[in-house]
Amino acid sequence: MFYREAGEFKASYKADQAILPIRQDRWFIWAILAIAFLVIPTVSSDYWLGTIMLPFLILALAALGLNVLTGYAGQLSLGTGGFMATGAFAAYKLATMFPGMHILLVLLFSGTITAGVGILFGIPSLRIKGFYLAVATLASQFFLIWMFNKFGWFTNYSSSGVITAPPMAAIGDVLVTGAYATVTAKYLFTLSIVTLLALITKNLVRSNIGREWMAVRDMDIAAEIIGIKMLPTKLKAFAYSSFLCGIAGALWAFVHTGSVEPLAFDVNRSFQILFMIIIGGLGSIMGAFLGAAFIVLLPIFLSNAPHWFGLDIPVDLISHIEAMVFGALIIFFLIVEPHGLARLWQITKEKLRLWPFPY
Amino acid sequence: MRLERDVIYIILASLLLMVAIPWMAGTLSEDIFFEWPFFFEVAIGGLLSGVMYSLVALGFVLIFKASGVFNFAQGAMVLFSALTLVGLNEMGLPMWLSVIVTLLVMLVLAIAIERVVLRSLVNQEHIILFMATIGIAYFLDGFGQTIWGSEVKNLDIGFSQEPGFYFDGLILINDFDLIAAVIAGILVIVLALFFQYTRIGRALRAVADDHQAALSVGIPLKHIWVIVWAVAGIVALVAGIMWGSKLGVQFSLALIALKALPVLILGGFTSVPGAIIGGLLIGAGEKLAEVFIAPMIGGGIEDWFAYMLALAFLVFRPQGLFGEKIIERV
Repeated sequence: MFYREAGEFKASYKADQAILPIRQDRWFIWAILAIAFLVIPTVSSDYWLGTIMLPFLILALAALGLNVLTGYAGQLSLGTGGFMATGAFAAYKLATMFPGMHILLVLLFSGTITAGVGILFGIPSLRIKGFYLAVATLASQFFLIWMFNKFGWFTNYSSSGVITAPPMAAIGDVLVTGAYATVTAKYLFTLSIVTLLALITKNLVRSNIGREWMAVRDMDIAAEIIGIKMLPTKLKAFAYSSFLCGIAGALWAFVHTGSVEPLAFDVNRSFQILFMIIIGGLGSIMGAFLGAAFIVLLPIFLSNAPHWFGLDIPVDLISHIEAMVFGALIIFFLIVEPHGLARLWQITKEKLRLWPFPY
Repeated sequence: MRLERDVIYIILASLLLMVAIPWMAGTLSEDIFFEWPFFFEVAIGGLLSGVMYSLVALGFVLIFKASGVFNFAQGAMVLFSALTLVGLNEMGLPMWLSVIVTLLVMLVLAIAIERVVLRSLVNQEHIILFMATIGIAYFLDGFGQTIWGSEVKNLDIGFSQEPGFYFDGLILINDFDLIAAVIAGILVIVLALFFQYTRIGRALRAVADDHQAALSVGIPLKHIWVIVWAVAGIVALVAGIMWGSKLGVQFSLALIALKALPVLILGGFTSVPGAIIGGLLIGAGEKLAEVFIAPMIGGGIEDWFAYMLALAFLVFRPQGLFGEKIIERV
């Protein structure tokens, strides 16, 4: 009754091609943004902002990056962690080499450097396909982490191999990194960046480039026959995906944890982000956020659940049970809805259009 | 097994490189020790540890061939079977009985996986099934350690870990590695015979060739999947025994799956001999690189060298050395 496109008339092509052609969808998105920017920072505690919202936003950005590569361009990748590490270490080197550089520039350049690395590791994708490529991308994962561990230059020869973000200000003297930054400032800064990048990504996948990616994903030979060049298309996907992952890694190291070692971006991180896009939905911007929310909240829920029931279980047993429940839930989700939460959301919207008069 | 010409070229070239690069490194750099007996010792040690990788890769290949599922849970199955075996043994069962019980457990596991996971996901895309096996891997890791605990356990099957000298005392080889290689060889021969000469083996090959054609001549696909997962479980148990007695039964056993992956793509997903030869190439290449090349670039390269090696091979043959040629039609 309330959610429908009937009665909405568009007078221009511009209006017809808007991201959200239905009025109710626009309201919904504005409401979500208003809640995210205004309500959440005022009502939630530092714990919620710092340990749940921040990692959620940053991992959602990384999931967005992987979703561009895997969901839109069809190149299965297990090297996300390596690219995030590249972003983090590039940002650290930039911030320490040029101390006056603004944090936005640092993020931009570290994303660009990661995009270069991504192109380099994307080159084999022209020959190798499917699961062969997925396993081959593990090469980038292990190689990059090894490199950051091994060569002191990347950590400015710190003995522990840990990099620590210098304090940096976003606007005026509002710090967003370092020990004196408030959690609210960090949250709003990350939220703005993630919102902006999500908007850019949404428009990119609607554009010519995005359609080329999807054509390659659906069948690369057919795509080649209709005149899409494999080399630039696939490398563009690798570059943009790594760009997003690099910024996510830099945000993780600088804004979220403040100091980080290469092991924070090991192969488990790659799998975690892959889970996000599978559970959220491949080839969907919304899916990246839904999946990230699910994967970030689930372990917190699982490790707190025994306390709510008054059970006292040793810590290592909890972590095993957590892994068990996690695995079982993933299988459950795949069986119930292989196309992820985003597909459930779509089904809900279709149901809503008919509700409450299905005939 | 029909060897194509370029496969032979690639293998010969890689063997040549394996000899040439360490030799060059030895002559160019003073601090790298190079002697021919030492070279062969490293190479043979590498080949033998490659056999251990092959054992894990074999399980992957079996399942991929029969069901097209890229089974990421193979490493978790290795860990789970080894944990079950040791756990049963510690409860007081004699070794032979615990092996039998573990085999039964792996059979039950295969049935459960087929019932719960595969049957519900029939006809889904490959990536969905792949993700499901990652879910299985997490579940098995957690389940095994919940039941049997996570401390490192010893698994002693009575083989000596002492190195012995061979070839007139020139070359030092671990006896255990030799035994492992023999066992892997026997396993491969048994599997080959099973696939070649039994009724079930024929059915398995039919399913591997074409699911629909196999179904239409009356081969029950569901039973076949149970059998193939059970066989993969047995292979996992053998790998678990060998790796477990080498490293101790602990969580890191699940991570050797990551070691087996480059072996797998190098040999090709669909080839049993590919898994063996891939394992040998990776094993020898990795050890030689670790000893002769790693000192020049900072050491600790075994994490990624196998992947880079496999990547280099894949550029020349995208389907792996022995994989079926990928034919794409529009």
